[in-house]
Formats: sequence, structure tokens, C-alpha cells
Amino acid sequence: MNVYDLIFYLFAAITLVSAFFVVTNRNIVYSAFFLLFTFFGVAGIYVLLGADFVAMVQLIVYVGGILILLLFGVMLTNKITNVEIKTGTINLYPSVIGVGLLTGSLLAALITSNWKTFPTEAPLPTTAALGKMLLQEYALVFELLGIILLIALIGAASIARRQS
Amino acid sequence: MIEVGLNHFLVISTLLFSMGIYAIVTRKNAIMVLMGVELILNSANINFIAFTRFGNFGLQGHLIALFVIVLAAAEAAIALAIVLNIYKTLSTVNIDEVDSLKD
Repeated sequence: MNVYDLIFYLFAAITLVSAFFVVTNRNIVYSAFFLLFTFFGVAGIYVLLGADFVAMVQLIVYVGGILILLLFGVMLTNKITNVEIKTGTINLYPSVIGVGLLTGSLLAALITSNWKTFPTEAPLPTTAALGKMLLQEYALVFELLGIILLIALIGAASIARRQS
Repeated sequence: MIEVGLNHFLVISTLLFSMGIYAIVTRKNAIMVLMGVELILNSANINFIAFTRFGNFGLQGHLIALFVIVLAAAEAAIALAIVLNIYKTLSTVNIDEVDSLKD
């Protein structure tokens, strides 16, 4: 077992354990903070897969943006001063059975299937290649994503500020 | 102990996916449902990048992962605006109590 495997198991443990706490913790603020560790673990897995630029985008957008947005949502939709921030669960046993069956069948399918893999070489920096692809072959998608983000921000602001 | 390969990453993404499904199905709070959606998007991204690393596809998987992250940001913003509106109208964000189309 080499260093790569050790680091992989470390990040896998961080990701899965904190994701488990995210979905089972009753306090929604704790869930949000465990989600932070899940995103960090996923970013580490991206680095292990040689995706340096995607890992940095994951850290900046998810940890810096989406998680803060979720925390704002938690803070703005709970009466923090008088009611404790707890959240209930519904359909517990049927969903545990259903999710267990789903997980088992997915795991069986992917372990028994014979993926065709190519031998991996040492990962190269991907930022320059990604930038070239974004501005040449994928320029239309890039522009459309910009428009989608603009529309989403305007729409979110107008929905949240709508007067009754 | 076998060497870490494609299957290890696929197993991680499968487990993340099923935990996201579990959060969506069982939690009452709408923001917890959003967190489940984020977990599912992350697991899909792990799959894209793992297949990019172990297959011979060029860098398109990385680009699709970036697009997924951008769409996740837009989705989180819109969904939180809707949740804030629901809270302003009904004073709750528990999705099993939000069952009226018009008040």
C-alpha cells in the first residue's frame, strides 16, 4: 500500500463519514458544517484524480458560495431565538429499505461490470487545456452558462423580494 | 489490498449518491433536501472525473464537471429564494406541511 492509496482512503473516509453525519444529524446547522467537510473530501478526491482546476473550482464555488448560501437559508428560515433548530424525518424505515436496495443493486452492477480502463500516466496541469477548450470548441456553452447564471441571479433576487 | 482504481472511486460516488437520495426522501426541512441534491451532484461529478482519468476521453469530463458546478450554483440560488418565499408566506419550511397551492 503506497502513499496514494493511504491518502485516497483518508479522503474517502472524510467524505463518507461527514456525508453520513449530514444526512443523519438532527441539527441542521451541524449538517451544514459537516457538508463543508464532505465538499473538502470531494475536492481531495478530485486532486487524486488529477483534476486540479476542478478541485479549486469545487473549493471556491461550493465551500465559498453554495455552502454560505445554504447557511443563510438555515439562518433566515428558523426562529433561532425561541425554537431550537431541529428538523424531523419522515418515512424512515421504508426509505432505509429502499435506499439500501438501490445502493446494493448499484454496487453489484458496478463491481460486476467489466470497465475498460486505460493505463494512467502522471497527471498534467489541466488549466491551460480547459481554458482553450472553453473558449474554442465550447464557447457557445460557456456563453450560455453565463446567461443562465445572470438569469438565475436576477430571478432569485426578484423571487425573494416579491412584495405580497 | 488491491490497488486503488476506478472501482474505488465509483463505490465512493455510489455511496454519496445513495446518501443524497436518503436525505431527499427522509428529511422534512427543505434546506436539508437541497443538501441532498448537492451530494448527488457531487457524486455525479466524481464519476465524470474518474472516467476521465481512467478512460481515454480527453478533458471533456472535467468541462462537464465544471458545467455541473455552475448549474448547481444557479440551482441553489433559485431554490433558496423559493424557500425564503415559502417561509415568508407559510412560516414553515417543512415540506410535508407545505401542501396548499393558494392561501
